[in-house]
Amino acid sequence: MRSIYVILLLPLVVVIAFWLIARVEGTGTSASRPGFFQRNGWPIGLYLIIAVGFWALFIIVLPMIYMVDLSFRPKLPLSQMGGPKDVYTLQNYRYFLFGSLTSTAHWNWIHINAFFTTIFASILITLLNFAICYPLAYHMAQSATAERLRVLLLLLIVPYWVNDILRAFAFRVLLSSGGIVNQALMGLGLTSEPFDFLAADVGLYMGLSYAYLLLMIFPLYNAIESLDRNQIEAARDLGAPWWHIHAFIVMPHAKPGIASGCTLVFMLCTGAVATPMVLGGPRTMWFTPIVYDRFYQLFNWPQGAAYAFLLLVACIVFVLTVLRITGLKLGEITR
Amino acid sequence: MAAAVELEGVNVTFGEFVAVRDANLTIEPGEFFSFLGPSGCGKTTLLRTISGFIEPTRGSVRIGGEDMKGFGPNKRPTALIFQNLALFPMMSVAENIGYGLRVRGVPRHERDEKVKNLLIQVALTEHGHKKVSELSGGQKQRVAIARALAVEPSVLLLDEPLSALDLKLRQHMRAELRAIQKRVGITFIYITHDQGEALTMSDRIAVMNAGVIEQVGDGRAVYAEPRTPFVASFVGENNRIRGRVASVEDGFATLETPLGILKGRNPVGLTPGAEALLFVRPESLALRANGSTVGFEGETLDVAYEGSVTHVTLRVRTGQKITATIGGGAGAPSSNENLRVGFEPKDGLLLALPASH
Repeated sequence: MRSIYVILLLPLVVVIAFWLIARVEGTGTSASRPGFFQRNGWPIGLYLIIAVGFWALFIIVLPMIYMVDLSFRPKLPLSQMGGPKDVYTLQNYRYFLFGSLTSTAHWNWIHINAFFTTIFASILITLLNFAICYPLAYHMAQSATAERLRVLLLLLIVPYWVNDILRAFAFRVLLSSGGIVNQALMGLGLTSEPFDFLAADVGLYMGLSYAYLLLMIFPLYNAIESLDRNQIEAARDLGAPWWHIHAFIVMPHAKPGIASGCTLVFMLCTGAVATPMVLGGPRTMWFTPIVYDRFYQLFNWPQGAAYAFLLLVACIVFVLTVLRITGLKLGEITR
Repeated sequence: MAAAVELEGVNVTFGEFVAVRDANLTIEPGEFFSFLGPSGCGKTTLLRTISGFIEPTRGSVRIGGEDMKGFGPNKRPTALIFQNLALFPMMSVAENIGYGLRVRGVPRHERDEKVKNLLIQVALTEHGHKKVSELSGGQKQRVAIARALAVEPSVLLLDEPLSALDLKLRQHMRAELRAIQKRVGITFIYITHDQGEALTMSDRIAVMNAGVIEQVGDGRAVYAEPRTPFVASFVGENNRIRGRVASVEDGFATLETPLGILKGRNPVGLTPGAEALLFVRPESLALRANGSTVGFEGETLDVAYEGSVTHVTLRVRTGQKITATIGGGAGAPSSNENLRVGFEPKDGLLLALPASH
């Protein structure tokens, strides 16, 4: 019974919390402006409230709260759920750290390693993605002709009509021992025997980088596009070399776009499931397949929830830290 | 001393379009030089060619005697002030001014010292730490000037920097720009479509039209002694009457026009039979003139009283409108009054009709 209360009351708390934040930030309606319904008309106003409310509560808040709640419960057969054994416990989190529900004698290195490797590799992929996308976005935003821009956009978007799984398997075929890349390398005499790209995680990083390219390009493009061309020229006229202009004029201006692109790519990389499963080498330990296994191999939903929740918290903390360091506010990302 | 800027046969073409045609010009060190012309006449293109953003299709640009071919804008001893100023919004006022020094690797303490001096020069001492967005229009203008002066250019290029300001501020900034130029003593090259700006500030003016420099001279010369019909009608108000040269004598010529025989100066040496245009300034026209001057009949259409002067619009026999400006309001005619308009032959100016007319 208790969990029902939690699940029903927490959304209310969340709503009140958001309302308070809105008040503190001063975005609440002020007296001088016409009221919400006056501005939108009551049909649209009502629709907005219901749609946004439904979206926020039933699609975001409720499932999350349910999973968080689940992560603090033991794994029980259906008949015992809600029974005397169904109490709040930290055992799922303990399992992540120590590999046991009760003992704290040994660290669970495999999972901890996978956890930090995933975060670290995601950072690298995000940086790689940024390095690939920034020049392209700059070119599209500042120097390409309208004609060239259309062609580039088309070339960028069309490949995404191919679905994720198909693309991942295609990469696998491409990079396998008998694949075209190895054949070419050997044909050119660069290597004498096939190089195992998949075991070296080259395939995984390629797949992940490629999968989220657009999510990096578009925020960057939008941000750079809004930069007044005269500022670039002014800097050049004042004697700045090209790298200085990028580092001190273009990038500071594009900071919200960079942050928004990087957070998107980073979050989605750490949470990617299909690509690591298909393209990961035999020794690759990406964290999401481990989470997936909790749910579908071990049928241990509480543990899976705890693992997923840990990943989410780590990512949020990481992103907020980066935002803090770069001096950006969360609201600026959406500009 | 080498000329500040020399243009030699400069042509700039974009595809088929000729933006600048055969520009030949020498701008002296310490000169306040203006390019005056309507929008699209090629003056901004020429400025960008001098600053290095555009390479001339043909011809050469020399700055301080040195050929600038292959030198990018970051390698030229010029600084450009943009029409929208292009200040860096993410930097403070002081950082903006110090940017050019920073990219040159000037050490911080030296930089700070120089920025402080520049802030004093443009009267913004208290504003160094502020964001650019916190400044007023005139203050931003001065930051842009200081930022450009910081790199000690030998030529400062200004691309209509006053066009965004309101009238009062614009007039104030004219005087201030002139004073700054006198103080720092470097060459200013100023682009404008506003003849008032060009006339009040410049030592010399180049009037441009359709990519061609039509005339170069000081303000008095381009106003009082225009050499092409375009200059005559673009700089200041002018009345234009078309006709055919009847006779020439002693620097003057008579012109057969639909309004009768008129007479004016003939500085370009027109010969009898040539198609010509006669230009008379509104302020040179006298209303109710007696027979001693040349002139024609007209009917007043509109009388606009403007305080110190009154503008009278007349319709002449051909239907053309002629404007006369008379001092004060006294003696202003009423509407629909038929009267004779006259002018001294020395105030009339005859110029050849351009081929396209």
